[in-house]
Amino acid sequence: MFDLKKNIKAETVDKAIKHLAENPDAKLIAGGTDVLIKLRQGKSEYCELVDIHDIDELKFIRIDDDKSIVIGSGMVFSKIIESDIIKKHIPMLCEAAESLGGPQVRNMATIGGNICNGVTSADSASSLFTLNAILILKGEDGTREIPISDFYLGPGRVDLKKCEVLTAFKITHDNYQGYFGHYYKYAMRDAMDIATIGCAVCLKTKNGILKDYRIAYGVAGPVPMRCRETEKTVINKKVSKDLLDEIAKTVEKDVNPRTSWRASREFRINIIKELSKRATKKALKRAGEKF
Amino acid sequence: MAVGKLVNRVDAVAKVTGRAEYTDDFYRPDMLVAKYFRSSIAHGRVKEINVEKARKLPGVEAIFTYEQVPRIKFATAGHPFSMDPDHKDVADRLLLTRNIRFMGDEIAIVVAEDEIVANKALKLIEVSYEEYKPLIHPDDILKQGAREIHQGSSNIVGEHRYECGGKVDDALKGADYVIKGEYVTPMVQHCHIENHISFAYMDDLDRIVIVSSTQIPHIARRIVGEALDIPLSRVRVIKPFMGGGFGNKQDVVLEPMVAFLTLKLDGRAVQINLSREECMTGTRTRHPFHVQVKTGFLKDGTMVARKMDVLSVTGGYASHGHSVAAAGGSKSSFLYPRMAIEYHARTIYANIPVAGAMRAYGSPQVIYALECATEDAARFIGMDPIEFRLKNIVRQGDVAQVTGKEILSCGLSQCLLKGKELIHWDRKKKEYEKYKTGPVRRGLGVACFSYASGTYPVCVEVAGVRLVLNQDGTVHVQVGATEIGQGSDTVVAQMVAETLGFPFENVRVVQAQDTDVSPFDTGAYASRQAYVVSNAVFRAATSLREKILDYACLMTGEKHGKFDIVEENIVSADSGKFVLTMKELAVDSFYHKERGGQLTSEVSHKTTTNAPVFGCTFVDVLVDIPLCKVKINKIVNVHDSGVILNPVQAGGQVHGGVSMGIGAALSEELLIDPETGYIFNNNLLDYKVPTFIDLPEINHEFVETFEPTSGYGNKSLGEPPVITPPPAIRNAVLDATGVSINTLPMSPHKLFALFKKNGLMDPKGKADV
Repeated sequence: MFDLKKNIKAETVDKAIKHLAENPDAKLIAGGTDVLIKLRQGKSEYCELVDIHDIDELKFIRIDDDKSIVIGSGMVFSKIIESDIIKKHIPMLCEAAESLGGPQVRNMATIGGNICNGVTSADSASSLFTLNAILILKGEDGTREIPISDFYLGPGRVDLKKCEVLTAFKITHDNYQGYFGHYYKYAMRDAMDIATIGCAVCLKTKNGILKDYRIAYGVAGPVPMRCRETEKTVINKKVSKDLLDEIAKTVEKDVNPRTSWRASREFRINIIKELSKRATKKALKRAGEKF
Repeated sequence: MAVGKLVNRVDAVAKVTGRAEYTDDFYRPDMLVAKYFRSSIAHGRVKEINVEKARKLPGVEAIFTYEQVPRIKFATAGHPFSMDPDHKDVADRLLLTRNIRFMGDEIAIVVAEDEIVANKALKLIEVSYEEYKPLIHPDDILKQGAREIHQGSSNIVGEHRYECGGKVDDALKGADYVIKGEYVTPMVQHCHIENHISFAYMDDLDRIVIVSSTQIPHIARRIVGEALDIPLSRVRVIKPFMGGGFGNKQDVVLEPMVAFLTLKLDGRAVQINLSREECMTGTRTRHPFHVQVKTGFLKDGTMVARKMDVLSVTGGYASHGHSVAAAGGSKSSFLYPRMAIEYHARTIYANIPVAGAMRAYGSPQVIYALECATEDAARFIGMDPIEFRLKNIVRQGDVAQVTGKEILSCGLSQCLLKGKELIHWDRKKKEYEKYKTGPVRRGLGVACFSYASGTYPVCVEVAGVRLVLNQDGTVHVQVGATEIGQGSDTVVAQMVAETLGFPFENVRVVQAQDTDVSPFDTGAYASRQAYVVSNAVFRAATSLREKILDYACLMTGEKHGKFDIVEENIVSADSGKFVLTMKELAVDSFYHKERGGQLTSEVSHKTTTNAPVFGCTFVDVLVDIPLCKVKINKIVNVHDSGVILNPVQAGGQVHGGVSMGIGAALSEELLIDPETGYIFNNNLLDYKVPTFIDLPEINHEFVETFEPTSGYGNKSLGEPPVITPPPAIRNAVLDATGVSINTLPMSPHKLFALFKKNGLMDPKGKADV
């Protein structure tokens, strides 16, 4: 039983924005796989909800004229896994989606909710970071776009303004064309678990040279993060086993995991280093690199 | 012939179609719900409690605190009543308490119209504590002058020592080698699918009806009577379908409270339905054990002496108390019966959640220590672990040291040989020699166990069964054996069909148990059910068969011995020729105006034997050193459980047990804050039960012996499969990496620390993948 005071079902994004304006204490609910847990824990700030789960205009995946891939925020993970566009152009996002929760959770949880929940362990976040995903938000004053890296403000806090709805993610052509990636989730179990560390790598090679390299982590800091120093250090270097070791070494300086009862900082750093190698190696293989 | 056949569970269709009714499916229109107000500290005393604000909340029907409950201390363990005053369970619990003994202890209870109101009311209760330092580590608990968690207990619940097979100290002196080891097992939880749930109401002025998810309806009835000081006959316990128990429902957790509440509320129905979080810390857990083992052996691999010292931690209340350490010590003693054994155990209180019965009751802890120590001994002299075990294990005809009884059936050697073949031991052993260095290593492990088929002679073993021939020629069975999901109703139906000669489909077991009508049986625990019920069923079915055949003689005027039962008919014993149908016979017995009557048979049988069972686990693992993970490539359990009554159900038991064993080996542990006694992970996200895809393919095999003391040659199987996966996996990881992991679980965190300590983690990070 949930102690729900209000549950307003929104039929369109505009109506959702209107409901939010009229009910200043209300929170958005999409798949409910995070919100309902908080409600069950008795968190009273979630007792008024605006339900956007059934808004059709949030459920799409398409390629625009400028070849950008646009993913509606209401897409559930099982639909992302099945999407031909995602499978063909950004398979690493399928891997991230597959690693999330279990089948029932993936049937309900949306990619928009995964990001707006603001947690560092969100499985889709690190991949979206390496894809330079742009978030499209709609509010009372219209639409705005911001890069995902600017969206996270702190643990559990995102730049979702009052009366705003995240409507879509945009991945521009130059951010996926020619790139190969991999998402490696390390958790205590192979399903129904939160990442101890999640690592996404997205890269481009030419003639055995790493032309572009992006690596992002979940749970390596308070919010999902890119490792910019590592990326700078290795771009334009020759692909080799030594390069993998160099990445593992450099990445340690970029991250800042914490000790909790779930895992120690030292343990997490060990996994962070190891995953950098494994995820990079897999992405390089996909790029056709032999070394 | 129904025994040994592949028949479907009698409740399979009811369950998969959702028609089976569980406790929560029973709706009573006026039912209230009750929620415990639990302590937020682990050790202390309530200074003051104020429930006035909560009481005023609309929808709150009543609130009771420790001040309003009977001052009767009772024991919660689901054991049969013991006539031996020295063998009684420790009565250390009140319905609600002022003295706080673990975090989550029950101080008050709110009764409200629904869960939301009850939860709100809990937040309005004001309490102040006098706090003491939580006693969590054994050193602190046993320290001179430590606060007594229960007054007058010295924090010790029980202690015993036995020595058999000669003087251990002398035998150790005569050994070529003596090795020592210390092994620790953690607090784990049953995680049965259906949480604890009970409700009670009164259907008359003085009769309490309790519907509960319990393994022990008849025992629950007695304990409710004791806790409330009312005659047992005023209490009726009904057990509907159940979603598992694994020992956690071999304890009265909610029944006395719901009975108390309905008594106080004029017989109105009150339900307690624990949340998963409450269930994981507020019911029972498995006792953590600290075990020290000394093993003496000869150069040729003969073990001559074993000394074990066990410290078992029972938490805030005794519950099953010292019985768990005692049972673990005696049931494991059958395994290596030709050496001197000394076993000393102590059970202590602690400010942690209460431990009770859990699948295999002390044996997983003791066998883990014992089979790690055995492995270490074999490795010490460089002997193959299977050879070493074959040299020392029990054989048919050996005399069990603790009981002095001859072991009448034992197929353990065959189990080991079968497992060796199934895992391809010799080939892989050679193949894996090149995987002992580098980041990915491989290894093989084995461990074996002994267990028992009940609790005799420690407790009474009594089983009851009643058979009734229906008017349509089928048979209804009422049995005290408690179906909790393990499949006992199905095997009882098979036994009845076997002896009567009836088709299996014509035997119907009455599913729900009701202490007003079900024959007496103490319940589902100790893997006893199929074994202790077997002789009762055999006697009852034999007697009904005689009555049916006699009645056929009466009807036909033929002499005794002329007839036989084949399927649905009475036939001539000599020619097999059809005489009459069972339906014709039944109708006649019911409705003939002069002769006959309802044909029934009822037996209550006491079992005064306890057949040991045996088995082993073989495992093939891959250890990913940089990621600190163990992957099981293959796991095989081989069991000697006597005659296998139902191969599919038996296989299911093994698969479930092995899964649970893999969880215990690699990931399951209730994590406790050593400072506060807080449990970090009392939910199924953070408590890592393996999911379907975490489990490898599980293989099982049976070596079928015939146990002559059993009605159908069968022995126990319910609990045993859980026992040996953890030591087998530990031994395989040792084989792969050279690192002995002597505390469970072998989680990535533990592997990381131990691999680092042993220099396996490449400091330069060069380990490649």
